[in-house]
Amino acid sequence: MSGPAPWLAVLALATLQAVLFALVGADRLLGWVQAACASAGLPYNTVMVLAGSGLLGICSAVIGSYAVLRRRSLFGDAVAHAALPGIALAYLIARERHFFSLLMGALISGVLGAMVITWLRQSTRTRQDAAIGLVLSVFFGLGIVLTSAVQRDPSGAHAGLEGFLLGKTAGLISQDLLLIAVTSANILLLVWLFQKEFLLLSFDPGFAAVQRWPVPALDILMMTLLVAATVIGLPAVGVVLMAAMLIIPGVAARFWTDRLAALLPLSGVIGLGSAIAGTYVSSIREGMPTGPVIVLAAAAVCLFSMFAAPRRGIAAGVLRRLRMQERVARQNLLRSLYELVEEAPDSAVTAEDVAGKRSWGVADALKLLRRAEARGEVRRTTDGRWTLTDLGLQRALDVVRAHRLWELYLVEQASIAADHVDRDADELEHILPPEMLHQLEDRLKQKGRWPEDRVPASVHPLEGVAGEGR
Amino acid sequence: MTATQEKALAQGAVAVDAPPLEIHDMTVAYQRRPVLWDIDLQLPEGRLIAIIGPNGAGKSTLIKAALGLVPRASGRVEVYGRPIEKQLSLIGYVPQRESVDWDFPVSVLDVVMMGRYGRLGWFRRPGREDREAAMDCLRKVALQDFAGRQISQLSGGQQQRVFLARALAQEARLYFMDEPFAGVDAATEQAILAILQELRSHGRTVVVVHHSLQTVREYFDHVVLLNMRVVAHGPIEEVFTEENLRNTYGGRLPLLEQAADAVQRRSV
Repeated sequence: MSGPAPWLAVLALATLQAVLFALVGADRLLGWVQAACASAGLPYNTVMVLAGSGLLGICSAVIGSYAVLRRRSLFGDAVAHAALPGIALAYLIARERHFFSLLMGALISGVLGAMVITWLRQSTRTRQDAAIGLVLSVFFGLGIVLTSAVQRDPSGAHAGLEGFLLGKTAGLISQDLLLIAVTSANILLLVWLFQKEFLLLSFDPGFAAVQRWPVPALDILMMTLLVAATVIGLPAVGVVLMAAMLIIPGVAARFWTDRLAALLPLSGVIGLGSAIAGTYVSSIREGMPTGPVIVLAAAAVCLFSMFAAPRRGIAAGVLRRLRMQERVARQNLLRSLYELVEEAPDSAVTAEDVAGKRSWGVADALKLLRRAEARGEVRRTTDGRWTLTDLGLQRALDVVRAHRLWELYLVEQASIAADHVDRDADELEHILPPEMLHQLEDRLKQKGRWPEDRVPASVHPLEGVAGEGR
Repeated sequence: MTATQEKALAQGAVAVDAPPLEIHDMTVAYQRRPVLWDIDLQLPEGRLIAIIGPNGAGKSTLIKAALGLVPRASGRVEVYGRPIEKQLSLIGYVPQRESVDWDFPVSVLDVVMMGRYGRLGWFRRPGREDREAAMDCLRKVALQDFAGRQISQLSGGQQQRVFLARALAQEARLYFMDEPFAGVDAATEQAILAILQELRSHGRTVVVVHHSLQTVREYFDHVVLLNMRVVAHGPIEEVFTEENLRNTYGGRLPLLEQAADAVQRRSV
């Protein structure tokens, strides 16, 4: 896996594009797009803005998802903030708003910030989070100071520089958007190409190294793509909020899927949607910056995902808990009924008997009994008492068996005192999987402690059982 | 170099009579503090080999440094007579279970498939053949029914078996396993042991970081007793003696500790 093959492929890809671009030229390329838009009846400017910001939204979401999964979310944030002094310096040197130079300045100071983080961590034993916070704030402070210096420049050619703070797609011209779109497309292409390698790198770099993958080189490639996505996102989203474009879509997508192959496209779609929403709103509202709107749109999707996603969402969790509570109450009722009539299975009990056994209110006990009646587990006798049906007895036996097996195990094998085990078993009986019940049975059988009948007798005296209550 | 030559080289070569693993004079330091001193080891082929020693003895570090995952301060490591870096295609690896994020969005089959990535090479996607090979490995660890599950839904023992299946998918000659028995239930322990024994019956060499002294004699043929240096190594019946164990577990050598402290102080 060593050797230059993959890097040559990447280089060839870049060279091919550079040659094509040199032959065609940006103006002719844009002319073609304009002609195509005209013939299709689409507004050229809108198409360019949507293509640029949309591709950017997809690409930052996809490469950002890897950063989230690798717990490097804040790395992109630091790089974005660290880019600001580079932008201001590039302007001071070029003395005009030359888009490509500004991005180059952003790239250089962003990478410098990343290198300072790494250096701080490795050479001074500063922790990662502290190093990130340090670089982020210091570079950003420097950037603000330099930007104010630029603002005082009397030539007045600094218009649009403040757009880099909070993002402004409206200030971008077609050539800028072309650069953004082409870079985004290339980042996506590389992620697609290195899919398998990036998966291995993100999940288990140690294993990757043993398999002869050049882990440091792959790591640098992935970080380069992250920095590139961050830098081209700055004019549209701004240094302050760029991190949200990298982080939020991946976090939102994670709620819906357990597969990286689905997570990446899904997070791309979320990035695309938020980018287009932000661009649209800021274009119809005078003076509205793009970045915050994009972030709010993405955050709305994320909040919705957090709440509504199946399995991982909050609503699903609440539902699961409610169902579990329901099941526990139902099983407790069955076991109480069984234990009340254990001596004489045909006898009937009152709701007060049941309530007394579980320290429930009588009304609650009645409610549970009625629900059990609806399920066909109990029925009312002619004198208004309650008795288990055959189905109810069957289900009660299963619950009691789980409870007593576990109690027996705790007493016999774990040497826990008999008067302590009831409560433990009370919580566990509802969740013991069938395989484990079989294991418990086997163990007790091996020790000759398995009673012949299906339900072992209780290891402790039962409260409120049979007789007096009736 | 032609493609076939390159491939032959990449597949690794096995020199006649060379041992599967030979470590010469290896010293390893963490943040300049030496944790392994002058390790010399020569391990025999086709055996189950345990590395044992107290906590902090450097058992995992020994494996990681041999594999090049942790930088070596000095020394060299050879696999079948050639530097280990050139022989990695012969090596299978089971890292410690805690070394990865088990909430990562991949399925059980995805993880086992990673064992095949090495032979797939750059950019190629796993095909049907790889899928079948990975499923075979899952069957060996009795997890075929879990192929589509997300890995966080597995128990600790099942996760350990997934890592083992991934290593089996590497089809290696020499395996390094970092605490494969850690935190597994009795049934899983037996299943893992059976797989190790099967590997041995096919002439594979398996080096295992092990933490339970009770089972060493029963599970392994060969043992390396480690405590910052190699206290003893050889066949179980020769070196797994009470005296050697006392030397290994009876505290560090105070002089080595002091020397390590001194090295660290000087270089900070």
